[in-house]
Amino acid sequence: MSQHDDSDSRIRSRRRFFKDVALIPVATAAGLTSERVASASASDAKAYVPSFFNESEWAFINAAVDRMIPADEVGPGAIELGVPEFLDRHMQTPYAAGAIWYMQGPFVEAAPEFGYQGRMTVRETVRAGIQAIDAYTKKSADAKRFADLDHDKQEQILKSAESGDLKLDGISSKYFFSTLLAEVRNGYFSDPVHGGNKNMGSWKMIGYPGMRADYIDWVTVRDKPYPIPPVDLSGKRS
Amino acid sequence: MIKPKTDVVIVGMGWTGAILAKELTDAGLRVVALERGADRDTQPDFAYPKVVDELEGSVHRRFLQSLSQETVTIRHAPNGVAVPYRQIGSFKPGTGVGGAGSHWSGCHFRALPEDLKLRSNVEQRYGKKFIPSEMTIQDFPVSYDELEPHFDHFEQVCGTSGKAGVIQGQVQDGGNPFEGSRSRDFPLPPNPNYLGAEMFYGAARNMGWHPYPIPAANASRPYVNPYGCQMGPCNFCGFCSDYGCLNYSKASPNVCILPVLRQRDGFELRTNAHVQKVNLDSSGKRATGVTYLDAEGHEIEQPADIVLLCAFSLYNVHLMLLSGIGQAYDPATNEGTVGRNYSYQNLNRVTLFFGKDVQANQFIGNGGAGTTMDDLNGNQLDNGKAGFVGGGLIWARQPGNGPVRGITVPKGTPAWGTKWKRAVVDSFRHSFYYEVQGACMSYREHYLSLDPTYKDGFGRPLLRMTFDWHDNEIKASQFLVAKALEMTKSLNPLSTVGDAKKAGSHYDTTQYQSTHTCGGAIMGDNPKTSALNRYLQSWDVPNVFAIGANAFPQNNGYNPTGMVGALSYWAAAAIRDRYLKNPGPLVQA
Repeated sequence: MSQHDDSDSRIRSRRRFFKDVALIPVATAAGLTSERVASASASDAKAYVPSFFNESEWAFINAAVDRMIPADEVGPGAIELGVPEFLDRHMQTPYAAGAIWYMQGPFVEAAPEFGYQGRMTVRETVRAGIQAIDAYTKKSADAKRFADLDHDKQEQILKSAESGDLKLDGISSKYFFSTLLAEVRNGYFSDPVHGGNKNMGSWKMIGYPGMRADYIDWVTVRDKPYPIPPVDLSGKRS
Repeated sequence: MIKPKTDVVIVGMGWTGAILAKELTDAGLRVVALERGADRDTQPDFAYPKVVDELEGSVHRRFLQSLSQETVTIRHAPNGVAVPYRQIGSFKPGTGVGGAGSHWSGCHFRALPEDLKLRSNVEQRYGKKFIPSEMTIQDFPVSYDELEPHFDHFEQVCGTSGKAGVIQGQVQDGGNPFEGSRSRDFPLPPNPNYLGAEMFYGAARNMGWHPYPIPAANASRPYVNPYGCQMGPCNFCGFCSDYGCLNYSKASPNVCILPVLRQRDGFELRTNAHVQKVNLDSSGKRATGVTYLDAEGHEIEQPADIVLLCAFSLYNVHLMLLSGIGQAYDPATNEGTVGRNYSYQNLNRVTLFFGKDVQANQFIGNGGAGTTMDDLNGNQLDNGKAGFVGGGLIWARQPGNGPVRGITVPKGTPAWGTKWKRAVVDSFRHSFYYEVQGACMSYREHYLSLDPTYKDGFGRPLLRMTFDWHDNEIKASQFLVAKALEMTKSLNPLSTVGDAKKAGSHYDTTQYQSTHTCGGAIMGDNPKTSALNRYLQSWDVPNVFAIGANAFPQNNGYNPTGMVGALSYWAAAAIRDRYLKNPGPLVQA
């Protein structure tokens, strides 16, 4: 049933897209197309129903990724590109459950040069960090969860987590932040097959040809940018 | 369960295992190879497009060893408590058929003649006192001339693409004039230069240096190696380091040797076969075979006349310590041999940022190719003046990058938000990096041993690494990075990032530096200070050989694989031509 809804909304947004394009003078249509595609996909991203994150975690994730990679004049933001969907799906992979990490104890304190020495997996860290920050902001003067703070406040919280100044219960804010930021970047930049980077939006922004993996003809070209837009793992070209 | 006895059992099916299996089946021996990981081949494991999924390759690290069952512990000094290397960071061991030889980049150097006689060369040039008392460097017990035919053969097997600098004593234009003399040129010409490698030529010449193409085991032309294995020209796909090659272009055991081995009756490959220890007879002087766990965890004994340890260097040492082959090294007493002289590689990177008119295209890549120079390596460097032992390289290499692998941005850029996005857009296609790769000396307190606390997934003690940066390597890093930065000035980048190691800084296991972990079971002339003789044969258990970078008494400025391949053929020749006629020690202690 939910799949039905998804495809319905996709058709609707595509119709809206064509309708909008039709209203634009022909001369500027080409320039605006990618933006319109991005906003169409944003409604796709909203249609995604999370299965790892609960409602309040999902609200946090959507708010946090929007601050970390906002939509701006540089290019699409994390929300448009479906980074929350990526995160929800990626948290359910063996990787996020610590499958390739050595997870045996004893777990002891060590200098930062030795890396994370705790026993939490990526998904446990993300979940614990969200809960700890929401608990913190609810206790603060604003008495709201993170997602309901204004953008400036959200950025202040994220900055103090990034520096480690934010003192949370049971988890290092700095470790949580670096884990979440790495995951957000993974979602923003990895192949759309993993749920983020809708329509290869980040690749187009930076000029990455994606999964072409064949550049022998361009190794020694110096005077012009690489000419071909990206292709993804499924063979979709932009 | 006990399997029928075989002539030779090989632990590990990377470069060294594949070379030994080829050479010894050539000699008519029956070889059983036990590989702890899965079987892998270009098809289907490295097939396009799945292989170029950056999330799978660089985050889930599907081509590297998972640390879940087996890793090492690390500490900076003998009085510290080691903690596990829990996540891949500083180095990347391989697993599965091909081992690290399937996910390497392809830089394929020979060692310099003087670097094989390092201690005596340094003593002769700068006096005995120039070497700090705690520095335990040794000469390799084998000369460049003895290894030359083996260096050459390995290059032919790999289809290595380069330009000789010296052939039969004659200096050649365009190659490295400081290299040891070659019997002939590389089998293939160099690969084309990407922008950064091309710009390196001009900048290095401005410094009065002698730039040359890095020898690359990434084929520049269609090629058939001496075994009849076919390679196709590299298409610069940009997925080399950490990835298997989709194109039969990067030399690997899978592409260059296994196609022949797999057809041989005398060769049996068992995968998901995790060797737990080498079994010794009651005298402790003779190996009777190995015990391994199969995929289901059942214990199986494989008897053999010859045991060849061909695992990744660290795990060769681990198996020797677990099996009681030789005496474990103790830095307090300076006695024992197994674990002694662990060394690494001294790597630093400088990234150069340019404007939008400079098409650096860092997504284009070839792992081994690029440009380097030897003017600060070997005898070209005046170590007396520079104030440290060991040289190094500065190079331009671009193995290929994509955004999941990380986009380096200029100094002072925030890590997120609009400013970060802008910097990522400005940098991705318009920056490249140069690296300095320095030698790493060995020291009395840098060694490998068994950890007293942490266990692997099978209940065995983990290998423990005791290592940190010594003042000598920090000085070398500062010297080489300063030279690299001086060189980059003539290229007028908008800015650069990258610094040398700072005085007092410690080995950071979280940042990728190099997979060139060396030593721990070294070759030498003296059984009191080396675990292996000059044929990589255990002094203590002569039917065991440990083949790999574990045999290096210290590491030089080059990548080790060319040397590892040559040592493999050298050891194979000694086994085939001498050991089989008269099994026993090839060198009398």
